[in-house]
Amino acid sequence: MIYERPRYLDAGESALVVEFGDSVDPALNVLVLALESALRRAGPKGVGETVPTYRSLMIHYEPLTVTRAELVASLESLSPRESASPTAKARWRLPCCYAPELAEDIALAAHSLGMTGERLAELHAGADYRVYMYGFAPGWCYLGGLPRELALPRRDTPRGPTPQGAVLIGGGLSLVATNPMPTGWYVIGRTPERLFSLDRNPPILIEPGDAIGFDPIDARTFWALEARAASGETLARRDEAR
Amino acid sequence: MSGALRIISAGPGVTIQDAGRRGLLRFGVTPAGPMDQDAFMAAVLAAGDADGAAIEVSIGGVELIAEGLALGLAIAGGSFDIRLDGRALPPACALRLEPGERLSLRPGRAGAWCYVAPFGRFDLPLVFGSLSTHSRAGIGGLDGRMLGRDDILPVTDLRPPPDRLLAIGATWLEAARTKLRVLLGPQDDYFSHDTVETFFSSRWRVSARSDRMAYRLEGPPLRHLKGHDLVSDGLAFGAIQIPGDGTPLVLMADRQPTGGYPKIAHVIGSDLGPLAQARPGDYVAFERVSWETAVAARRRRADLIAAGPRLASEPGEISTEFLLSWNLIGGVVDAKEVD
Repeated sequence: MIYERPRYLDAGESALVVEFGDSVDPALNVLVLALESALRRAGPKGVGETVPTYRSLMIHYEPLTVTRAELVASLESLSPRESASPTAKARWRLPCCYAPELAEDIALAAHSLGMTGERLAELHAGADYRVYMYGFAPGWCYLGGLPRELALPRRDTPRGPTPQGAVLIGGGLSLVATNPMPTGWYVIGRTPERLFSLDRNPPILIEPGDAIGFDPIDARTFWALEARAASGETLARRDEAR
Repeated sequence: MSGALRIISAGPGVTIQDAGRRGLLRFGVTPAGPMDQDAFMAAVLAAGDADGAAIEVSIGGVELIAEGLALGLAIAGGSFDIRLDGRALPPACALRLEPGERLSLRPGRAGAWCYVAPFGRFDLPLVFGSLSTHSRAGIGGLDGRMLGRDDILPVTDLRPPPDRLLAIGATWLEAARTKLRVLLGPQDDYFSHDTVETFFSSRWRVSARSDRMAYRLEGPPLRHLKGHDLVSDGLAFGAIQIPGDGTPLVLMADRQPTGGYPKIAHVIGSDLGPLAQARPGDYVAFERVSWETAVAARRRRADLIAAGPRLASEPGEISTEFLLSWNLIGGVVDAKEVD
């Protein structure tokens, strides 16, 4: 649901959450990202880092420089809704291997969904995804657009650390991971691309609001591309949005 | 001129931290930085560099020596047992460490974190402008990890070490608190009025399962009114999340940037240091304040930090309130109210 007016919520005295709604919805995320970019363009004093999520923008600020009331007033004056466009700024294609030897949980997830691993891979690779946000760990990229047939609750207990470049599903969403971390989601693929690299500046390729699609590859191709990614090559292909 | 510190031994959780990594939070990069920013600031300011870095010593303790050249070091934090070749030092001090002398920090009466800042700059690679270690992501500090035996920390751009032992007086560290102040919300409406009352009336024991990412608090489970799953939101330092099992988690320096549990309240900035200094087994409690009160406390602290620490060779030159405060920091609930 999209609220009629955004809610301004305090996360302590130096962070303000602007909440546009309470669901995972591209229309909400568009509002979040439009406010963030309008705020960055305006650059009001005392505003620090911003964190866009599915439905809200967290704004860290220094209350000794700008009061909460002043910050809210300047946010109200930005009127970003007019500039909000759901069109992706860029479209990316990422290679992804769905072979069970690399997609560690694909059989388990497919079993829970009552389908074969091949069908799961086909459905996952056939969809277009929107990058909603980064979170959890550096470069963990949260996607919307998972086909309804692949909606699966998160695990009851987390699995062990994910492999590098894990492509995951859980809670009706998909996610591309970077570094190994325990997770309650299912590893249904792996991409050799590094979505976050300390050797790149900026360290990420893909912005919130961009679109992603997956190109299936076999395990042999994965390892060949993995070696190229390890030596610093960027594998993702970018198509400029029209 | 450059020198080095060698780690003789280090318990788990000893890392290098500066003020934190900024600018990449929206890409999932945790700022890290010191658990107790107040004590950290006392150490780096006493060492002569407001933008400097320090070794953050956990209750695992550390033992180190200087190699090559004598190094100046400033130490501040919880009430640790600090010894130079076995001789006890005041809990906040600046000293000259001669090559071969052993400096050891062990947990003392109270407090969970202590900072050792060099009179110089750690000659280690910056990662996105910061030396702060985020060990879960393997970023920053020394190879992105906790320090261990025989690690060498090169120190360059040396500043002259103090010629005698100096006690550090940092006025912003003086206020020990019986209750940590919080701003309610934003998801306090996920809980009944009675549950919110329970949160404020209970004493909470800091769990042994606490680390730089979060402090887990043991007490009466807090039940949600309308489920515990939230569409993920940004997470600030001091956010008090209530996950499904009803056990509060206070998000600390290494928190993940986003999370999906309701946040009943947030610890105000001025009380994050005293919270961080609570050890596993210590008790904390919370009281509700307004945004205006939180900002007034923040202003007072910022003014005191701007005035800087005092360095004195005679213990008598440091106020008794200051020395008293070392007995109180960390024993948040059990301490006497001093202000």
